[in-house]
Amino acid sequence: MSKILDFLKYWLSYQGLSEHGIWGATARVLILVVPILLLVPGLIWWERRLLSWMQDRIGPNRVGPKGLLQTICDGVKLFMKEDITPAAIDRLVYFTAPAVALFPAFALGGTLPWGPNTALTPIADVNIGVLYVLAVSSLGVYGIVLAGYASNNKYSLMGGLRSSAQLISYELAMGMSLAAIVLATGSLRMTDMVKYQETLLWGVVPKVQNWLILTPFGFIAAMIFAICAIAETNRAPFDLPEAENELIAGYHTEYSSMKFAVFFMGEYAAMFVFSAIFVAVFCGGYHALPFDWSALGLGQVQQLNESLAGIVFLGKVSFFFSCFIWIRATLPRLRYDQLMALGWRSLLPFAVANFMLVGLWVVVTDPGGANRFGLGWAAYFGGLFVAFLIYLMVRKLSSERFETLEVRKVVLTSGLEGTSVREKEIAAV
Amino acid sequence: MVPLGAYVGLGLFMFTMGMIGVMIRRNPIVIFMCIELMLNAVNLTFLAFARYGPVTPAKAVVGTIPHNVLQTAMSGQVIVIFVMAVAAAEVAVGLGIIMAIFRLRQSIDIDEMSLLRG
Amino acid sequence: MPPSDELAKLTIFGALAGIAALAAVGVVVSPNAVRSALCLIANFFALAFLYFTLNAELLGITQVIVYTGAIMVLFLFVIMLLNLGAAHLLREPPDLLKKAIGILLGLVLFGMIGSQVLRPLATITATTSPDDYGSPQAVGRALFTTYVWPFEVASVLLLIGIVGSIMLAKRKI
Repeated sequence: MSKILDFLKYWLSYQGLSEHGIWGATARVLILVVPILLLVPGLIWWERRLLSWMQDRIGPNRVGPKGLLQTICDGVKLFMKEDITPAAIDRLVYFTAPAVALFPAFALGGTLPWGPNTALTPIADVNIGVLYVLAVSSLGVYGIVLAGYASNNKYSLMGGLRSSAQLISYELAMGMSLAAIVLATGSLRMTDMVKYQETLLWGVVPKVQNWLILTPFGFIAAMIFAICAIAETNRAPFDLPEAENELIAGYHTEYSSMKFAVFFMGEYAAMFVFSAIFVAVFCGGYHALPFDWSALGLGQVQQLNESLAGIVFLGKVSFFFSCFIWIRATLPRLRYDQLMALGWRSLLPFAVANFMLVGLWVVVTDPGGANRFGLGWAAYFGGLFVAFLIYLMVRKLSSERFETLEVRKVVLTSGLEGTSVREKEIAAV
Repeated sequence: MVPLGAYVGLGLFMFTMGMIGVMIRRNPIVIFMCIELMLNAVNLTFLAFARYGPVTPAKAVVGTIPHNVLQTAMSGQVIVIFVMAVAAAEVAVGLGIIMAIFRLRQSIDIDEMSLLRG
Repeated sequence: MPPSDELAKLTIFGALAGIAALAAVGVVVSPNAVRSALCLIANFFALAFLYFTLNAELLGITQVIVYTGAIMVLFLFVIMLLNLGAAHLLREPPDLLKKAIGILLGLVLFGMIGSQVLRPLATITATTSPDDYGSPQAVGRALFTTYVWPFEVASVLLLIGIVGSIMLAKRKI
């Protein structure tokens, strides 16, 4: 036994802070997990405040400075609530479902680069970075399915199944939009994607960085990814599974106090990490502005950016998180069949068409080789035009199945025809 | 290093458990899951052989990898990809069949599905 | 002198193989279909990590995406829909003779194959394939050059699977 302990001490002392050492890996995990855990109360507060401002009210501002301690107080309240456990549940699954729901929210950030220093981030710069994101988001379905099942409640089960059907439908379009980006960048590593966005914009414009959201195919892919990220985290307008007026609280109806708090925390952490992935893949990662500072002669700005990379990244992620909140404040909830139709019949075909057109772009442009960017963009837009024509044709062909509704004319009258002048005057007052 | 026999032994164990499951269980969904277990055992064995190479690697020219080693490595992985694709298609169609049978007969006990018995 | 990685690799393999084996037993033994499915999920997850130890990183992550993330979700859906519809159907009456014969046949299979295969292979510990054989670049190159025909046929197969499952799910064709 002591021999094993001696070997363990010897082995641990050789694990350095380098990329492959255990201590380095633990430090990087803490650099990811601790800020997210500390930020979640702040995110919840920010959501409540921003949503309130958009709805012309104030939001929590009493507890603590500007209401910042509101979430902590809510957490304490939830902690002290009576923990009701339904009777005929599957105990093992019931108690592990919140943990299973929380795990992918943090694990998603495993290959995310916060800054240029690879000793600090990402946790693991593997060859398969983007596929890792897709894999962990697939695992996010289990928390919901198991929570709905374990509650021994038909409505929770229905809510859980509907929610997981929504999640797996939108995973496809998300995967295809990321696949288009992988095709353009030529690598699955997230650090390579951030490096690709440091080249020339559209391949030709000097002094501007090639942020993927500024390129045509990247813009389409980014919009599809953003919609899918909103659907993946069950946020409005895709939050029918947890809608209060339909299914009480959906799959987490039977979870009280701390277990509900864990679901809640998982949802916000997932939103944050999805925004972070969006920023890293599409919006240039830790670069503050899409300009090539060294080409503009302002090399010190570049240095400043790289030393403050984490804070810049956090700022950009907060901006996109606010866009999530903005969308929640603006758009009404989608009905379930509208939601599924959007995922399968709109987003997935767009994402696949974009993917094929990016393939065409890569073949014509031959980046790294012949670099025929002008011809490449012409080919891309030509292909986009052809795709649009095909879409119009398909729409025309499929609309012949439905008869046109007769247009009914509705005329609004005051209902006062036939009354005397005196009564009209009374009604007008 | 982990011996090749360990991986193949684990694959064999999983395959045997899957086979026992197919014979013992009466719920067709669980039988399906045991078939998936067998497919995964086979996947693991293929990948173990892809990693550890052919039993008699060809003579190597200095600096290159012998052709049959590379071929074993790549073909092992490619067949695993195809097994995954086929298993995915099979699960989709098979579970659809089970749901259709359930809708028709209101029962999914495999021992009662004996219409084709001679 | 840095310690060798051998013991670490053996420990990791032992832990993962233990989880996979226990989960495999759990799949066969659990009376509850949902517990079986959960054990199978644990098994697939452990297998994905085993693929990572074999340097087959693309296949490991594909295992998580395809098997753990899609196929098992489909299984859970079907089990839960049947739970919703008719929970009593998923329970099985006990049949000891069948169980005994099944286990006996399983042991015979394990013994027959294991005795021939395991002893010669237990001595092979040197890997001969290149360390990056499992990277997406290498697998992609193989799939699109040597194995492009089976690749295209596999996509047609998946298309047939999609069409077939939609046809089976419709109430009126």
